[in-house]
Amino acid sequence: MEICGTHTVSLLRSGVKSLLGDVLRLISGPGCPVCVTSQGYIDAACELAARQEVTICTYGDMVRVPGSHGSLEQLKARGADVMVIYCPRDAVHYAAARSDRKVVFLAIGFETTAPATAAAIIEAERMGLENFHVLTAHKLVIPAVSALLSGGDVAIDGLLCPGHVSTVIGADAYRPVVDKWKMPCVIAGFEPLNMLVGIAELVEQAVTGRADVANVYGVAVSPAGNRVAQGLLSRVFAPAPAVWRAIGTIDDSGLELRPQYARFDARAELDVQIGPDHEPPGCMCGQVIQGKVAPSACSLFATACTPVKPVGPCMVSSEGTCAAWYKYGSSITKAQVGPQ
Amino acid sequence: MTVNSHANSSTDEQIVMAHGGGGESTRRLLAEHVFPKLRNELLDPLTDSAVLNVPPGRICLTTDAFVVQPLEFPGGDIGTLAVCGTVNDLAVMGATPKALSLALIIEQGLPLTTLDRIVDSIAAAARQAGVVIATGDTKVVEHGRGDGMTITTAGIGIMRDDVQIAADRIQPGDVVIVTGRIAEHGLAVMSAREHLAFDSELTSDVAPLGGLIERLCSDGGDIKFMRDPTRSGLAGVLADLAETTGLTIEIDEDVIPISPTAWHAAELLGIDPLTVANEGKCVVVVSAEDAERALAACRRHPLGKRAAIIGRVFHRDPALVELITRAGGRRIIQRPYGEELPRIC
Repeated sequence: MEICGTHTVSLLRSGVKSLLGDVLRLISGPGCPVCVTSQGYIDAACELAARQEVTICTYGDMVRVPGSHGSLEQLKARGADVMVIYCPRDAVHYAAARSDRKVVFLAIGFETTAPATAAAIIEAERMGLENFHVLTAHKLVIPAVSALLSGGDVAIDGLLCPGHVSTVIGADAYRPVVDKWKMPCVIAGFEPLNMLVGIAELVEQAVTGRADVANVYGVAVSPAGNRVAQGLLSRVFAPAPAVWRAIGTIDDSGLELRPQYARFDARAELDVQIGPDHEPPGCMCGQVIQGKVAPSACSLFATACTPVKPVGPCMVSSEGTCAAWYKYGSSITKAQVGPQ
Repeated sequence: MTVNSHANSSTDEQIVMAHGGGGESTRRLLAEHVFPKLRNELLDPLTDSAVLNVPPGRICLTTDAFVVQPLEFPGGDIGTLAVCGTVNDLAVMGATPKALSLALIIEQGLPLTTLDRIVDSIAAAARQAGVVIATGDTKVVEHGRGDGMTITTAGIGIMRDDVQIAADRIQPGDVVIVTGRIAEHGLAVMSAREHLAFDSELTSDVAPLGGLIERLCSDGGDIKFMRDPTRSGLAGVLADLAETTGLTIEIDEDVIPISPTAWHAAELLGIDPLTVANEGKCVVVVSAEDAERALAACRRHPLGKRAAIIGRVFHRDPALVELITRAGGRRIIQRPYGEELPRIC
C-alpha cells in the first residue's frame, strides 16, 4: 500500500503503475488530506464562507469538495470570499492588511502542512492579530496506519511510506509499525526511479520474510526527521482524537490547538460546529481511502462521479485516488470504465 | 469650461469615469495616450468604422477577450496578450493577419502610467505581428467592477490559398509537432499572482506566430492542422483532436520541449505542465513524409528553434491521447477540468 496520495498520483502519472502490470498490486491508502477530511468539516467551512464578514483562505484542493449543501466553489460564485493560497502565511498577511475581515484558514493535511499552520499561528500571535483563525483538521499518519492495520481488513504485504511526511516525522517514526505488525515500511520519494527502488525493497523484504524500516529517500528524510518542524508542532498543537471520513474517530490521530493558542481556533471564536460525518449516498470514498476497494468498484465512478461533477472527495482532490485513476488511468482502465 | 478644467486635473494620475463619457475627457485621453502610439492610415481618420481594402478571396475573422490577472506579468502584459492572442488565432487557421479592432474596458482608478505601458505593448506587438489597430473603443467602469482593465478584440486575416487547415484531414500515421517549450505563459502569470508565494525566472512566451507560421506554410510541406495551445494547454488541443478525429494520439513525454525551470515549477505547484497555457506556441500536424521538412522550417525561425516531433496519430479504440512517460510507462491525457489549482503538499 502506498499511504500517500502524492505517491498514488506519481505512480499513475509517471506510468510506473502501468509498467508493473499484474505482478504487483498497489493499493492506495489514507494519505490524501482532502479525502480523509470529514463531511462535517466541509460543511463547517461552507457555513463560515457563507458569512458576510468571513474570508476563507484555503489550499486549492478543498475548493471543489462537495459539502452537504454545495462546495466552496459554488459559494464563491454566489459572492462568498474564498481565496486560494499556497502558504498559510499568506492568510496571516491578508488578515493583517484587512482588519475589517475575519480570515479563516482551512488547516488540513498531515505532518507535511501542519508545521506551516503552526508557524502561521505563531506569526499571527507575534503580530497581535485578532482577526486570524484556523479551522483545524490536521491529521497524523502513524496513528491512521496503525488503526488500518489493527482492523485487519486489508491484506497488505508492505507499506510504501510518504516522502514528504517522513521529512518531518523521520524514518524512525515507523519503527513501532514494523515492531508491532511485522510490516515492511519503505520510505520513498516521488521520482519514478526512487519509487521503483522503494517498491523493489518492499518486494525483497516481503519475499524474504523480513520486516524493517528502509529509507530510499535519504536525500530528504533523516532518521529523526525535522526537529524544527516537530518543535513547531508540539509548541502549538497537542495530539487529539480526530474524525476520519468514513473511518470514524481515531485516538490521538489529530492535532488540536494548545490552550494558549485557543483564541485562533475558529470553532470556539466564530462559534461554528463540526457536525457528524456522513458520506454522500452511493459514494465509496471511505472504502477507497482504506484500500478496501479500487475506485472502479464504486458504481458512481466515471459515471455519476467525474472530476467535472464529483460526488466524493476522492474524485476532487488532485491527490485523490479516484481522480488519479480517472485522469491518468491506462487506456485499458479507461475502456473498462466507459467514456468520459 | 468647467468640464475642461475638471478633465485637465483628473487626467494627471488615473482613469476617472469622465474618461469614458465620450466627451472632452475621452477625446483628450485618446489623443494623448492612445492614438499617437497606434497611428496608421485606417485608424487616423477617427471614423466610426474602419474601411479596409482586401484582395478577392477568403477572409478569416476571429474575436477574443482578455481578462488576465495581474495585468502585467513577466514577459508581457494584457496588451501584448490581446494582440498576440488575436493574430495567433488567425495565423493557425492559415490566414495572414491584417487588422484588429480593440476595445479597452478600463476600471476607474487605473493609473495612467499603467495604461501607457499597456498601449505601448499593444503598439509594439502590432508592429511585430505586422497588423494595424484599425478601429477601437474605450469605456470606463466603476471602481471594483472591472479588474483594472479588460480588452476585447476582433481580427481579420487573408486566407492563404496554398494551405488547408482542417482536423478532418488528419490520418493515422501523421505526426504531431510542437513549436517550442511549453507551459511558460501560464506558470509566469501564476508566479506573478499575489497570494502565491512563488518566484521564478520564468517569463511568458507570448509572441505573434504569424512569421513562424508563414515560414512553416511556405517551406514545411502540407500542413494539415495547426492550433495554438492556450488555455488548457497541449493537453486541451490534443484531447480536442482525439475527440474530433476519432483517432488516438500517442505522445512521448521525453521529447516534449520544456525548460527545467518550468518543469520544476509545475511539479512544485502540483500542476501538469501539459495543461498549462502557452501564448507563443503552435501544435502542428503533418504527414510522416513531411515531418522532417516541417520541423526544419520551424527551426529556421527564431520562435521555432526548439520545435520537436512529440507524437503520432494512430487508429486505435478507444480514441484517446496517450502519453508514453519518461519512465517508459503509459497514461492517458485529458483536458483539465477548469482552472488548475495549486495542490496542498
